[in-house]
Amino acid sequence: MSSARAVVVGASHAGAQLVTSLRQGGWPGEILLVGDEPVLPYQRPPLSKAYLAGKLGLTELALRSEDFYIKQDIKRVAATVEEIDRSAGELVLGTGDRLTYDALALCTGARPRRLRAKGADLDGVYYLRRSSDVEGIREDAIPGRNAVIVGGGYIGLETAASLRALGLHVTVLEAADRVLERVTAPKVSAFFTRVHQSEGVDVRTNALVEALVGDSRVREVVLASGESVVADLVIVGIGIEPTTELAEAAGLVVDDGILIDAHARTSDPTIVAAGDCTSQDMPRYGRRIRLESVPSAVEQAKVAAATICGKDKEIGALPWFWSDQYDLKLKIAGLNTGYDDIVLNGDPLSDRDFTCYYLRGGELLAADCVNRPRDFVTSKRMIAQGDRVDPGALERTVESRGTS
Amino acid sequence: MAVVTFMSYDGDEHEAPLEEGSSLMQVATNNAIPGIDADCGGEAACGPCHVIVDPAWADKVGRSGPEEEEMLSMNPDRQPTSRLSCQVKASESWDGLTVQLPESQW
Ligand SMILES: Cc1cc2nc3c(=O)[nH]c(=O)nc-3n(C[C@H](O)[C@H](O)[C@H](O)COP(=O)(O)OP(=O)(O)OC[C@H]3O[C@@H](n4cnc5c(N)ncnc54)[C@H](O)[C@@H]3O)c2cc1C
Ligand code: FES
Repeated sequence: MSSARAVVVGASHAGAQLVTSLRQGGWPGEILLVGDEPVLPYQRPPLSKAYLAGKLGLTELALRSEDFYIKQDIKRVAATVEEIDRSAGELVLGTGDRLTYDALALCTGARPRRLRAKGADLDGVYYLRRSSDVEGIREDAIPGRNAVIVGGGYIGLETAASLRALGLHVTVLEAADRVLERVTAPKVSAFFTRVHQSEGVDVRTNALVEALVGDSRVREVVLASGESVVADLVIVGIGIEPTTELAEAAGLVVDDGILIDAHARTSDPTIVAAGDCTSQDMPRYGRRIRLESVPSAVEQAKVAAATICGKDKEIGALPWFWSDQYDLKLKIAGLNTGYDDIVLNGDPLSDRDFTCYYLRGGELLAADCVNRPRDFVTSKRMIAQGDRVDPGALERTVESRGTS
Repeated sequence: MAVVTFMSYDGDEHEAPLEEGSSLMQVATNNAIPGIDADCGGEAACGPCHVIVDPAWADKVGRSGPEEEEMLSMNPDRQPTSRLSCQVKASESWDGLTVQLPESQW
């Protein structure tokens, strides 16, 4: 075995995939996976879903078993990387130790955006990114208590559904005039609002948080309008920020994420990056985009590993995403940025399954598919092929299906 | 120890120990079986964890559920005994099971 050593910083979806693909891709030397969370790399999506609702344990969350890393000769290192010394080809760890590398991959992910309001540091205020966050929330999530969720994005709404299942009273505070404002069409927002209301969630829009008030613990949330909402616990889900400090300090180009090219190379071509910490120019959308999703982290990690192994592979898969709330399985194919028209297949105001197609200049850009896995698979294919679509036909499939 | 064999499209065989209660997808990923990708982590949402169960085993392993069926129905590699391996809970009584991987996962 050659002595060349590949080091991957950050042990989550991107990092775990990267080390796996490195081994499968034939990297001949050592592989080190350095991460600062004290558990086996695990799946994050269930944190706000099955794991929060208590339907899954931490061992079931693990992406791969302990045995896998041993058999694949991948060494897991529990440490925080403090610095990249590019000229020496070394990493400086929190312990002060130095680790040499021949190939380096950054998979440092993202962290929750902090709420800037008075009282945001009170006890009982949570963020949701790590399994340890959920353990804290679960201790506090006693049936009958009042939970206030700040932010009506996917994570906020999933958390609302899970906490309702646990028997809490739930209020969602959204600063914009509708939930999911950044990501969906108004009719899809209206759908999710309707469902959450019918499940007993108090959904408030145009609700700007002014302060969190309490003794040592949070007791209420005061809004800019002067209203206040009783709170035994508060969960903040107002977006994430990419973890780029290491890369920045090392002089790599960072623009709302560590900038990577189609081969997952950073501005230093000997260093690759993958996952939520990256941004990339996406020809399909004609702009620079930072994706926050497992499929993208996995895709970028596979490409990054190929690049390290000297293979020619480019990031190209269509972005997609999913969200589970109650009995609803939302699957999203593509990105809807820049859409100029929507076509609805089913009625979001009365049904529990429908598809919202997003079009630009007659071309299909994206589709939000609620409880419609078939539409999701077809849309993914049509979007990837750049198909022009006939809006009438998209709508008509609805009618024939409506009765089936 | 009960063993499952994953056979790639070109006939390469990879064996893995069956672990009671794990999904076949987890068995595959924990044993680095090439050709099984689990981009959605077992949500029946992505597709490339597709396996074709040896017809002799199909009844034992069981048939696809409604959501899984919808995902599979759009797959050009679909066979009568196709399953999404993430939706199959493995049993240690399945020693000798063989599943085939479709061409698109080659
Ligand atoms: C509650 C929740 C629900 C979600 N639901 C979905 C969903 O349904 N579908 C979907 O596609 N996506 C979902 N996501 C997003 C998805 O989890 C992320 O896209 C994914 O985790 C990105 O993986 P990553 O490896 O790039 O980064 P991360 O998962 O953020 O991991 C980065 C890791 O690197 C570590 N790290 C950072 N810096 C250092 C350092 N200097 N030294 C050592 N270690 C370091 C971090 O501690 C962390 O463990 C969800 C996220 C959350 C939080
Ligand atoms: S792992 Fe995604 S469908 Fe099975």
